[in-house]
Amino acid sequence: MFDDLRDLYQEVIFDHNRNPRNFRVIDDADRKVEGFNPLCGDRLTLYLKMDGDVISDASFQGSGCAISTASVSLMTEIVKGKTEQEADALFKQFHEMTTGKDEYFNLEAIGKLAVLAGVREYPARVKCATLAWHTLDAALKNQQQAISTE
Amino acid sequence: MTVFDVEKIRQDFPILKEKIRGKDLVYLDNAATCQKPQSVIDSIVHVYSHDYANVHRGVHTLSVRSTDKFEAARTKVKEFINAASDKEIIFVKGATEAVNLVAQTYGKANIKAGDEIVITAMEHHSNIVPWQILCEQTGAVLRVAPINRAGELIFAEFEQLLNDKTKLVSVVHMSNALGTINPVKAIIEAAHAKNIPVLLDGAQAIPHIAVDVQALDCDFYVFSGHKLYAPTGTGVLYGKQALLEAMPPYQGGGDMIRKVTFTETEYNTLPYKFEAGTPNVADVIGLGAAIDYINAIGMPAIAAYEAELLDYATTKARAIKGLKIIGEAEEKGAILSFVLDKIHPHDIGTMLDSLGIAIRAGHHCAMPVMDFYHVPATARASFALYNTRQEIDVLMNGIESLIEVFG
Repeated sequence: MFDDLRDLYQEVIFDHNRNPRNFRVIDDADRKVEGFNPLCGDRLTLYLKMDGDVISDASFQGSGCAISTASVSLMTEIVKGKTEQEADALFKQFHEMTTGKDEYFNLEAIGKLAVLAGVREYPARVKCATLAWHTLDAALKNQQQAISTE
Repeated sequence: MTVFDVEKIRQDFPILKEKIRGKDLVYLDNAATCQKPQSVIDSIVHVYSHDYANVHRGVHTLSVRSTDKFEAARTKVKEFINAASDKEIIFVKGATEAVNLVAQTYGKANIKAGDEIVITAMEHHSNIVPWQILCEQTGAVLRVAPINRAGELIFAEFEQLLNDKTKLVSVVHMSNALGTINPVKAIIEAAHAKNIPVLLDGAQAIPHIAVDVQALDCDFYVFSGHKLYAPTGTGVLYGKQALLEAMPPYQGGGDMIRKVTFTETEYNTLPYKFEAGTPNVADVIGLGAAIDYINAIGMPAIAAYEAELLDYATTKARAIKGLKIIGEAEEKGAILSFVLDKIHPHDIGTMLDSLGIAIRAGHHCAMPVMDFYHVPATARASFALYNTRQEIDVLMNGIESLIEVFG
């Protein structure tokens, strides 16, 4: 019935929505930033544990749509063990992939995150996918205040 | 029209023939804005093709024609809401501007530090923020009458908020997020007993409920044209003549003056005092055409048909496991707000869109209402006179299928 949506709602997204990874609080987190999408009410708190400039642990709490939940769940998985620079590079790749400004994003580097490429065709949903990454960006820049997509 | 013939009505709305993602359009976002009948579209094409010029200022034929049609639309609005005079009908760009106009003219002239303005917990942002701005400017206080879980105003608590300091009550006639129809007659009586004027926000009510401002005895009534099958950029502020006469003007400019020198300006009479600059001529004429269209069907027939649609949709929605209706007031208009277990409204909106179904997913510009129900957003199906039971079936089947897909 929803055949047209298969690019957007891939099974991986349903899976992460049902069973989000790293859905927990890191009590001794070094970075903690809130992200909010006022348009749809998606709200998340991102926690990072740092070891030098390496993200040794990442987790989140909050509620949102399937796209935003899957996006933040996948993100916490992929950034674990990455340096700040590597995470920042991923953020830029992800941004290009979802906003469709550049067709030449590095599919290999982006790995699993490619399941979210479908949002490009749904401008109303791009912010759902990018909220997590804008929140990470703020955390990497060590900003304290909440992030809003509007 | 004696029998409500929805199939005939649907023929009047060209957009209903659109295919969305290859499917028949099922347009259920009427609380956001309504689609336009051919007669309204034609009226705009006609005025630009045959009658258009600026109003109120030319001696030439086209200016006279435009002015006549523009003022005829004012008379149609007056009759539609049963105002006492054309002078009480101010054209603005929408309900939001009308509330802001009252806040910045009546409000600034009559409300001072320590005074209170009473609204309800079911207001949308356009009946909250203009008053917050006024409170910031004047030091007045905004008081909010609470609602119960069904989404109804708790009348006794509302009444208790009214006191000597209350200078204005501003309440929504029908809630856009919940569908609740407020007991406006009782609200007005309670406020008037304490000499407090009442503004009714009719943005949502106007296409669904026959409004008689004299019978209601409201002091101000505001609505937008675009929710009444009329073009965007049209709106109406109704105010009792004596109140409007006493109010300072809103914006300065052409049309709202009688005489201007560099030392002083004499303001024009009502309603022009509040209509600075060239108005939205063609679209206001379109608003007149929309009222003609509605009158030809009849508000009572429309209201009865929509009530039936809402009943049908509510019964079907209640049968869906995991669906919770948000807003179950006893008195309710054609709005079905709902949430689904573990499925975010934005996912519902995108999935239904792929089936050609347009609903609203979000906070409906009523974030405090969402907070009250502890939901970030709701999905909302809202009905108009051209919707059918078959469309509601398509919606409900869609909801059941997406629940299955999400598992």
